[in-house]
Amino acid sequence: MKLSSKVIPLNIENIDTDQLIPAQFLKLTTKKGYGKNLFYNWRYFHDYEPNPQFELNNPLREGAQVIIGGNNFGCGSSREHAAWAIADYGIKAVITSQFADIHKGNLYNNNVLPIEIKPDELSVLMNYFLENSSAIIDVDLENQTVKVEESGFNVKFEIAPFKKKCLLEGVDEIQYLINMKEEIAEFELNNY
Amino acid sequence: MKTLFDKIWDKHVVKSITEGVDVVFIDQHFIHEVTSPQAFNGLREKGQKVFRPERTLATADHNVPTINQHLPIKDKASFHQVESLTNNCKEFGVELFGIGHKNQGIVHVIGPDLGKTQPGMTIVCGDSHTSTHGAFGAIAFGIGTSQVEQVLASQCLVLNRPKSMKIEVNGTLNKGVTAKDVVLYIISKLGTEGGTGFFVEYVGNVFSEMSMEERMTVCNMSIEMGARGGMVGIDEVTINYVQSRVHLSEDKIEGWKALNTDDGAEFDKSVRFNATDIYPMITVGTAPDTGITISKTVDDAAFITEKAKKYMGFNGEDKINQQEIDFVFIGSCTNGRIEDLRAAAEIIKGHKKAEKVEAWVVPGSMKVREEAIEEGLDKIFIDAGFEFREPGCSACLAMNDDKIPSGAICVSTSNRNFEGRQGEGARTLLSSPITAAASALTGRVTDPTKYLN
Repeated sequence: MKLSSKVIPLNIENIDTDQLIPAQFLKLTTKKGYGKNLFYNWRYFHDYEPNPQFELNNPLREGAQVIIGGNNFGCGSSREHAAWAIADYGIKAVITSQFADIHKGNLYNNNVLPIEIKPDELSVLMNYFLENSSAIIDVDLENQTVKVEESGFNVKFEIAPFKKKCLLEGVDEIQYLINMKEEIAEFELNNY
Repeated sequence: MKTLFDKIWDKHVVKSITEGVDVVFIDQHFIHEVTSPQAFNGLREKGQKVFRPERTLATADHNVPTINQHLPIKDKASFHQVESLTNNCKEFGVELFGIGHKNQGIVHVIGPDLGKTQPGMTIVCGDSHTSTHGAFGAIAFGIGTSQVEQVLASQCLVLNRPKSMKIEVNGTLNKGVTAKDVVLYIISKLGTEGGTGFFVEYVGNVFSEMSMEERMTVCNMSIEMGARGGMVGIDEVTINYVQSRVHLSEDKIEGWKALNTDDGAEFDKSVRFNATDIYPMITVGTAPDTGITISKTVDDAAFITEKAKKYMGFNGEDKINQQEIDFVFIGSCTNGRIEDLRAAAEIIKGHKKAEKVEAWVVPGSMKVREEAIEEGLDKIFIDAGFEFREPGCSACLAMNDDKIPSGAICVSTSNRNFEGRQGEGARTLLSSPITAAASALTGRVTDPTKYLN
């Protein structure tokens, strides 16, 4: 997975899942259709009237596939709707210094790459993209790098080998478990 | 020497995939209407059945109305979601306690109360407050919908082993300090990410002296410090609670006791607090780590932000006990159990709520509601001017009609005070049930201590 894209920088810490997708939008029984309500309370005033102060509404950032968020991104609820909203909006990677655990897992399971970099690196990256609305970021999963050609920013990120393999090879955790059913049944027999 | 967490985890590893990544067997799975429909759709698309239907239990809680539950749900989307759960459970053979059933209620209230939650288990649910069940000495945590599908299809999950953290609180609690105040205090010290990547064990006399319901309140809020979950060791209190609900063999009980953390077992991180430092707490910001003692000012919250103060309309020097309030909500998986209702009723008994305050009591389950009625608590609430409603998650996340209006201030016994959590523009102050009850009487944030005998 290689990505070259504009960026939406959200210089806010502890972005919680209720901001990513408020509870009134959790009533669908599908995984699609959440993108227009991503960050609903910050993005719109009333009746979908855009708040021009919010970076998702900055026309220069149109088409961005990467969000950079403050520390502790995705804290709060387990709602996968938050990850569905991010994916449905067209985001392919989220960069922060630390994700909340459940949300991080949800992003993985929807093929959105969660990238954790050091707090000082995050702050450099955040400031650069706040000032440069049309700048491009390069994300490379195979080499585990985040680069910005124009600024010379270049850092490596860590990722669990199993998660990397799943994303690169399109391995689905659920299919992996379904294939293990016999082994699981044997485990039950021996332990219960 | 091993921790309680390690012993339970190791017993449930079906296979290790790589260092630190295991396939873990799940003993008990709970589902509800909001985070399960897409998982059932996934099974259908893949032509899969539910692998072990007897290990999954369903209830409708998140967007059920709390008034006139006998009538069809008016909100079309909510109606459809609850109906989907009913149809999915029927199609896939999963037991459901739906609206109107005597066992219906908030998933984290009914699981323990029905004896489904037991020590030594691995327990998951598509809800972050699944950490509640850790009170029984179980590994319990919230999962996303993709993982709900995995559990339905295979009764297993692919998991990273979290790090371990010990939180110790010893000493005698001050008057008016409840389990909720203890956990709000801990979170106010550690922050909303203080526990990220960790699984917590709560140790010390403060927790061992708590009832099961109090331990559930503490473990419930573990996720609010970012921890995957939190647990309390297994003792007579645990066993008596479970034994009063299901028959247990001596062997089983002995097996559970042996799971407790060995003396000298090491944790990756340890923190310690003194019980005497804790006083009744209330949050002042838009994250659960902004709790302060009720006599303090907004800026005394270590983790308060300018953004939060702006949303709340508070100044740093504002004394929170001067703050006027509009709503009180007593309920949720954090504080919607019978002991919570009893404690609130004790404060309210013989008083009237402040006229301007709207106060709702929402029992955590049908059984809690029935018990409250049997004990005459409903009358105490109603006589004081409170509404005594039907069970559900209600105004904790306001998915149903129980919304706090924009700008209104609500003292709430729930678990999250995020922007808009209780309704667009609503402002939430988290507290214990007795603080909420005392505040309803005076119409401003009130330390409950003076109402206690």
